[in-house]
Amino acid sequence: MNAIPAQHPRLVVIGNGMAGMRTVEEILARAPGKFQITVFGAEPHPNYNRIMLSPVLAGEKTFDDIVINSREWYAENGIELIAGEKVVSVDREARLVMGEFGTTRPYDRLLIATGSDPFIIPVPGHKLPGVITFRDMADVDAMLAACERGGSAVVIGGGLLGLEAANGLSINGMRTTVLHLMPTLMERQLDTVAGGMLKADLEARGLTVLCGADTAEILGTERVTGIRLKDGKEIPADLVVMAVGIRPNAALGREIGLECKRGIIVDDTMRTSDPFIFSVGECVEHRGVCYGLVAPLWDMARVAADHLSSVADSLYIPAVSGTRLKVTGIEMFSAGDFIGGDEAEVVEFRDPSRGLYRRLVLREEKVAGVVLYGEAEDAGWYFSLLKNAEALGPLRHTAIFGQSVAMAAAGGPAKDPKAALAALPDTAEICGCNGVCKGKILSTIAEKGLTTLDDVRAHTKASASCGSCTPQVEGLIALALGDGYQAAAEKPMCKCTGLGHDVVRKEIIAQSLKTMPGVMKRLGWKTADGCHHCRPALNYYLLCAWPGEYEDDAQSRFVNERNHANIQKDGTYSVVPRMWGGVTNAAELRAIADVVDKYDIPTVKVTGGQRIDLLGVKREQLPEVWAELNAAGMVSGHAYAKGLRTVKTCVGSEWCRFGTQDSTGMGIQLERMTWGSWHPHKVKLAVSGCPRNCAEATIKDFGVIAVDSGWELHIAGNGGIHLRGTDFLCKVTTEAEVLEYCGAFLQLYREEARYLDRTAPWVERVGLDYVKQRIVEDAEGRRALHERFLYAQKFMQIDPWAQRAPGAAAAQPFTSLQPAE
Amino acid sequence: MIEIGSLSDIPRQGARIVKTAQGDIAVFRTLDDSVFAIEDRCPHKGGPLSQGIVHGHGVACPLHNWVIDLTSGEALAPDHGCVKRFAVELRGDRVWLALPAARQAA
Repeated sequence: MNAIPAQHPRLVVIGNGMAGMRTVEEILARAPGKFQITVFGAEPHPNYNRIMLSPVLAGEKTFDDIVINSREWYAENGIELIAGEKVVSVDREARLVMGEFGTTRPYDRLLIATGSDPFIIPVPGHKLPGVITFRDMADVDAMLAACERGGSAVVIGGGLLGLEAANGLSINGMRTTVLHLMPTLMERQLDTVAGGMLKADLEARGLTVLCGADTAEILGTERVTGIRLKDGKEIPADLVVMAVGIRPNAALGREIGLECKRGIIVDDTMRTSDPFIFSVGECVEHRGVCYGLVAPLWDMARVAADHLSSVADSLYIPAVSGTRLKVTGIEMFSAGDFIGGDEAEVVEFRDPSRGLYRRLVLREEKVAGVVLYGEAEDAGWYFSLLKNAEALGPLRHTAIFGQSVAMAAAGGPAKDPKAALAALPDTAEICGCNGVCKGKILSTIAEKGLTTLDDVRAHTKASASCGSCTPQVEGLIALALGDGYQAAAEKPMCKCTGLGHDVVRKEIIAQSLKTMPGVMKRLGWKTADGCHHCRPALNYYLLCAWPGEYEDDAQSRFVNERNHANIQKDGTYSVVPRMWGGVTNAAELRAIADVVDKYDIPTVKVTGGQRIDLLGVKREQLPEVWAELNAAGMVSGHAYAKGLRTVKTCVGSEWCRFGTQDSTGMGIQLERMTWGSWHPHKVKLAVSGCPRNCAEATIKDFGVIAVDSGWELHIAGNGGIHLRGTDFLCKVTTEAEVLEYCGAFLQLYREEARYLDRTAPWVERVGLDYVKQRIVEDAEGRRALHERFLYAQKFMQIDPWAQRAPGAAAAQPFTSLQPAE
Repeated sequence: MIEIGSLSDIPRQGARIVKTAQGDIAVFRTLDDSVFAIEDRCPHKGGPLSQGIVHGHGVACPLHNWVIDLTSGEALAPDHGCVKRFAVELRGDRVWLALPAARQAA
C-alpha cells in the first residue's frame, strides 16, 4: 500500500456499495492523494455492481464478472477496506467511527452511503425460513441454493427487481409464480399495453403471473410451504422472494442525530445537517425525493466529489432517468412521463405479430416520455430527444418509426447504424446506467489511446454496468479507430441477431424453444428465415437440446449433411462406408469393388481415418450406390458430418507382440456407441493398444491408450491446421469405464461448445480443470451426462443411407424434376 | 413455357433441378413460397447453387458461400458475378418454366 502521510485529511466512507465507491472514484479522479481514505462495508465482498445481480442469478455472469473494484484496486489506490464489519455508531463530537467488532477510525470528512433495505410486507409468516429478499449477493446465493433443491417459488412484486428475480429462478428450474398487487406489471415504468405484452412474454417463458394479487399470509410452520391470497387462493412455495420495493437505510443517520425523514436529508451539495458529513445514494432524501435507480446516484457522486475535493461548486439537480429490464430476450425501455394526460399527445406504433410496441408522449412538440417494447435499439436516441427537450420540428411525424427512418426522412444519414451513431450529438447519452455521453467516450478514447471495450469501460464506465449499451460503445470505438477495431465480447451469431451463441443456447433451454421459427421470433431475429450462418447452428442447438422431439431440418443443413456425402470441387460427391474400428473383410471389399465397377467411380482412396473413400459419384447416383453398399451390410460412415467420424485403432493384443489390451475391440465398442451422433463440429476417436500409440490417439478429440493396468484417456487433440497434442484426462481400468467417460465427455462437448468449435479450442476456452471437474471428479454428473448421450443416441442411430433408398420419399431430392411432355 | 411439376415437389427453403441440353437449371422455392429459376452454376467456381442454403430471396453457394440474390441473379457484395435467370411462374400449384430451347422457339 502506498504510504500516505498522516497530515492528509481523513475521509471515512460508510458503505462499500455503488454510490459510495463511485464518489471515491470521482474524488480520486479530481484530487488523487488528497484524502487518506477508509471504507467500511457490511458485506464481506469488494465493491460489486448490484444492478448486475440479476444476470448472476440467471447464470449469465459470475460474481467475479460484476466486481467493480477488486481488493488490489483498493491497495493500489491506498484505500483501506474494512469489509464485513458494519458501522454501529459515529461520535460526531470526537469525529470517530466505530464498527461492530470494535474497529475505530477518526475522520475529517464522513460520507454515508448505506443504501437501502428491501421492504418486507409484514404479513403473517414473513419471518419463516425460506422467505428472502433480493438485494445482495447473499440473497442470490440463497436463491441458487433453493434452486438446487428445486420445487416452487413465489415472487411477491411485479416490478423491475421482482421480474428479474422470477426470470432467474425460472431459468434455474423453479416453477415460478409472480404475484403483483397492481393490475399490470411494472406500472411505474410501463403503460398498460406494454405491461400486458410483458406479461404474455413472461408467461410464454413458463412463468405464472397473477396481477391484482394481494398476499394475506405466508403459510408454513417450520419453513415456508406456500402463500395464501386475500381472495383465498393458495399457492404452494418452497421459496418466497419479497421484491415489493426498497426504503432508504437511514438508520445510522437517524441514530447519530442527523436530520432525517424517509431518508437522510441532504442539500443540493449532498451535505447532511452536519457540515462534516456528506451522504449519497439510496439512503438520502433530496428535496423530498428518495431515489431507487442507478443514474441519479452517479450525479450525486459527482456533486459530492466536487465539494469534498473542493474543486467545483456544483449542485445536484435531479434529472430524468430511463429504465430497462435485464431479462435476456425481452427488450424494453421507458423514460419520463409515458402515460400522458392533459395537453399531452400520444403517438403509438404497434406490430403485434412481431411483438413490437412504441409509445411517445409529446408536450408542446417535445418528447416528454417514451416506452419501447420488443426492440430498444433506439432507446439512446429517444432518451436524448427527451433530455434535450427541443421541439421535434420535422421529426414530429416520423420519430415514432425510430432513428434511422426519422433521420432519413429529415434528410439526414439513413439506415446504417454506424452513420446513425455518427449523427448523434456529443451530448447524447450512450450509457444510461453511468450517465456517460458520446462526447466523453470519444474524447477519452482519443486522449488515452484506448483500443478495447474493456479499456473504455475502465476509463469511462460506459457499458460497465448493465451492458445493454455495449453495441453502441463498440460502435463508437469502431468510429474512432476505423476498421482496425475488433470487438472482444462474444460476437453476435451473425447479422440476423445481436445475440451470441451462448446466450441463444441458454434461451433455447430456458424458454423451452423447440422450433426454429420459435427461436427466431422469441429472440427477435431481424430476418424472416435466418441465413447460412445461423440456421445450421440453431438446427444443431435444437437437435441437441430436444432429442426425440425436435425434427432435424434438412434445409438448414450444409450440403454435405443434407446429402449425406461430401461434395467435391466439380459438384460430384464422395462416399465413405462405415468400417467399425477400421476393420473390414473380403465380402465388404468385394461389394465395394463391384460398386466401383458398376458406377464407374473414378477414384478409390484410403483415408487417414482408416476408411475407404469412393470419389466422383454423381448426386443422382448416390441412393443407388448406398443401396448396394447397404445390401452388403455397410452403413453411412458419416465422413461428411459435424458429428462422430471415425474410431481409428491399432491391432492391439490380438496380434501385436507389444499390445497390452484389445484396442481394436475397444475401438469397435466405442464406434458402436457413438456412431450417428451430431456434434458442434467433427469428432474423431482413436484407440492405441500400447504407449507406442500407432493409432495416433494423442491428436484425436478423444484418444485412448492401453497400458498394462488399464486405459489412459486423452482429450482435445487436433491434427488439422493447428496441431495440438491431447491433454491427459485420467486413467481408468475397465472397458465399461472407457465407454462411460467417452460418452460423458462427448455429451459435455455437445451441450456446451459453440457450433463449429472443435474440442481443442473449446477445452482451451473452458479450461482442462473444468472438464476434469465435470468428467472425473463429479461421478454422478458424469453418469448423468453419459445417460443423456445414450438417450439422444436412441434417435440418432438410424442409417441415413437406408432411409434414402431408391424410390423412398427421402430420396426424391436426389432426382431432377421431369418436365411434362 | 413448360410445366415442370407442382410447388410441393420443391422443398420449402430448397431447390430441385431441371436437366436441359444447356445444363442444369435450379428451381428454388423460398420461405414465402416464391419460385425462382437460375442456372445451377455459381459464377465463382461453378458450384451447384441448388444444393446451397436458401434464406430470404437468396442462396449461399455450397462450395464457398457466395450469396446469390435469386431475384437479380447477382452475387451479393463483396463478391461480383451474375448467373443466368429463367422465367418461372406458378399457375395454381403448378410450376411453369421457360426452358432455353422453348424460349428460342418462341
